[in-house]
Amino acid sequence: MKYRLLTGNEAIASGAHNSGVKVVVGYPGTPSTEIIEHIRAERDSDIYAEWAPNEKVALEVAVGAALSGVRSMAAMKHVGVNVAADPLMTATYTGVRGGLVIVTADDPGMHSSQNEQDNRNYARFARVPMLEPSDSQECQDMMPQAFEISEKFDTPVFLRSTTRVSHSKSLVHPGESVPSDVAPGFDRNPQKLVMIPVHARGRHPQVQRRLQELRQFAEEAEDLNRIEWGSDQSVGIITGGIAYQYVREVCPEAAVLKLGLSYPLPLQMIGEFAAGVDELYVVEELDPFWEMEIRAAGFDVQGKERFPVVGELSPTLVRTGLQGTTDEPNSAPDSEEQLPVRPPILCPGCPHRGVFAVLSELGLVVKGDIGCYSLGVMPPLSAMDTLTCMGASMGQAMGMEKALGDRAPDSVAVIGDSTFMHSGMTALADIVYNNGHVTTIILDNDATAMTGHQAHPGSGLRARETGGRRVDFEQLVRGLGVQDVHRVDPYDLQQVKDAVQAALETDAASVIIAERPCVLLDRTPPEHHYSVGDDCTGCGLCLHLGCPALSYTDGGTVRIDPVLCTHCGLCAQACSFDAIERRSESQ
Amino acid sequence: MTARDRMQVNDVVVVGVGGQGILLATDVIANVFIATGCDVKKSEVHGMAQRGGSVESHVRRRHGCVHSPLVSPGCADVLLSFERMEALRYANYVHSDGVVLYNTQKIPTLAIANGEVRYPSGIEQSLRKRCRTVLPVNAMDVAADLGNPRVANTVLLGALSHLTDIPAERWEEAIVDRVPRSAGEVNRRAFAAGAAVAKDLMAT
Repeated sequence: MKYRLLTGNEAIASGAHNSGVKVVVGYPGTPSTEIIEHIRAERDSDIYAEWAPNEKVALEVAVGAALSGVRSMAAMKHVGVNVAADPLMTATYTGVRGGLVIVTADDPGMHSSQNEQDNRNYARFARVPMLEPSDSQECQDMMPQAFEISEKFDTPVFLRSTTRVSHSKSLVHPGESVPSDVAPGFDRNPQKLVMIPVHARGRHPQVQRRLQELRQFAEEAEDLNRIEWGSDQSVGIITGGIAYQYVREVCPEAAVLKLGLSYPLPLQMIGEFAAGVDELYVVEELDPFWEMEIRAAGFDVQGKERFPVVGELSPTLVRTGLQGTTDEPNSAPDSEEQLPVRPPILCPGCPHRGVFAVLSELGLVVKGDIGCYSLGVMPPLSAMDTLTCMGASMGQAMGMEKALGDRAPDSVAVIGDSTFMHSGMTALADIVYNNGHVTTIILDNDATAMTGHQAHPGSGLRARETGGRRVDFEQLVRGLGVQDVHRVDPYDLQQVKDAVQAALETDAASVIIAERPCVLLDRTPPEHHYSVGDDCTGCGLCLHLGCPALSYTDGGTVRIDPVLCTHCGLCAQACSFDAIERRSESQ
Repeated sequence: MTARDRMQVNDVVVVGVGGQGILLATDVIANVFIATGCDVKKSEVHGMAQRGGSVESHVRRRHGCVHSPLVSPGCADVLLSFERMEALRYANYVHSDGVVLYNTQKIPTLAIANGEVRYPSGIEQSLRKRCRTVLPVNAMDVAADLGNPRVANTVLLGALSHLTDIPAERWEEAIVDRVPRSAGEVNRRAFAAGAAVAKDLMAT
């Protein structure tokens, strides 16, 4: 049998496939994105896979499919579950019929996120069972198990991954197809499915009864929770997820209770384990989630006094935590401390750069949002002042305006096209209806670019694929009541500047749509080529653009890296001395 | 290729700048490791960090079972850096008998390009203080000599292959498998050129 080297996300997709899933929905977000990408990339598949405009819609589509008696999956990053929490908290009351698995991909260490919330808490909050794989094989194998639990107990089921599981590759043995035996079809049952108070009061006790049944199931689920007694029972470690791998790496001899079912916990099994070891530890990434449950059950256990509650774990942190020391082997040499940092940056030719160059020049307060353009905060542009979550820019601009009135600084909200579709529209309705004067700039690069150019309802990509219709941003914002609408090319600095200044003068809501496809998508050959001529004084004005293609030469003038340059022409516009020469491609 | 240059390479850390092709290179290394009959794990970085930031990817193999997908500091047999300064940033991964193999190409950060800070000097000397074997490879020039600057990564993989006890054919197969068919020949030559550079460097 052939093993394949798969990421956790590829293996989750493979496991979903093996489970006979029919409907797959999500909104892209690192580290979850590739789960749906892999299913969408399958040819001749009978799986319906879509990118929804946000995670709430994604989960609602998945719930609708499950209630129709087919297996469905919603996949999202950890903060996406916040957006989907509303349907989640009541889908637990209605139950599912066809299996429903919600994949939450958490990001300890915040490799590509605004926080590192521990979504195991959602399992307890919603009374929903949660499975937690620790490598790609388990990612694949736990999917059919998750669907079986979902159908057996009539509940949504979480599968929680983390960045190190989703984005690690390990060898995977192909699994077998384990389809559902639920018959597709929608059964009308208002008492169970229409959650008006009188019906919901009848369902909540059922949720609690189900949780008791799941607790019993956890004790018997030997393929999910297992004790590895090892050769040394002086130390017993309760762990799971990627932390299990670090524990096995660091102490191969130790007794380990591996939790594949993160919630609810098998407390009898934990009691048996505790009785068989001298000292009991919990090794878990982020929150003391298991530790608190285990302590509450009356067991004497050590956890977060030895292991951090912030950031990712690592074999080193597990080792030093168990030893009670904090020695780092082979610590960094002096010179490393002086190395210049290398943060991520906007790509050469990025259309966002033109907008941020203008905002930086005008010195405006910029309410920011989530996407590649979050990098507008980085020097030298340094043109972002707040960033909280998807869609937060416009509401925060409104709040500042209403709080400070005439004393409010000149400001704009910037939001990407995909983010505006995700959760910006309602904030714009608020601004218009409540007589806000906020200037919103929609950075429309025709894709959800940061996560790999996924389609959204405002991009032409998906519409071409499906025959669906694309949402037109200008019609949309005019429909919401915005009368001051500007469309600009972000490669034209003067045009952007004029539009921003005009919008700021307007005593009403304004929207500027800065339209140009992501430079990584747009393969059109440039009309003009740019090079630095003899007039360069080395003043550095162009370098304020923060373009990676521009740098000082040893002679103190600027050079353009011909490999990196995409010939967007911003540097020529920024130059006060006409020192950057433009020539037509045909010349 | 001399037998004394070869070592058992189990834990490799590959670093560089987002967009340099690090994921592809570590995929090749992982596939070569699988061909040796070992269990293999690798870790990758996706998302925001890929946008021109500092990037690391780890590959591990064991006869038996690899648990952690991460190499611990002080435990890498080889640190392969696609950029000069990044080699030093991650040098603490290598054990003192390990090898730092790096591309001498300098990619400035924005602050360096703007003239606010200088590109650090003395990288090779700093690396030599930490590690017995330091191999600077001018992969860009080697690739340019072959007529295709895009095969610099293959030059570096060729150099890496010379350090391992894994037959060159396994590496060549894994590389050719991952490049367009039309680029097969130039990648073969780049691989051989990289191995020859490593051999020369080990001899001095």
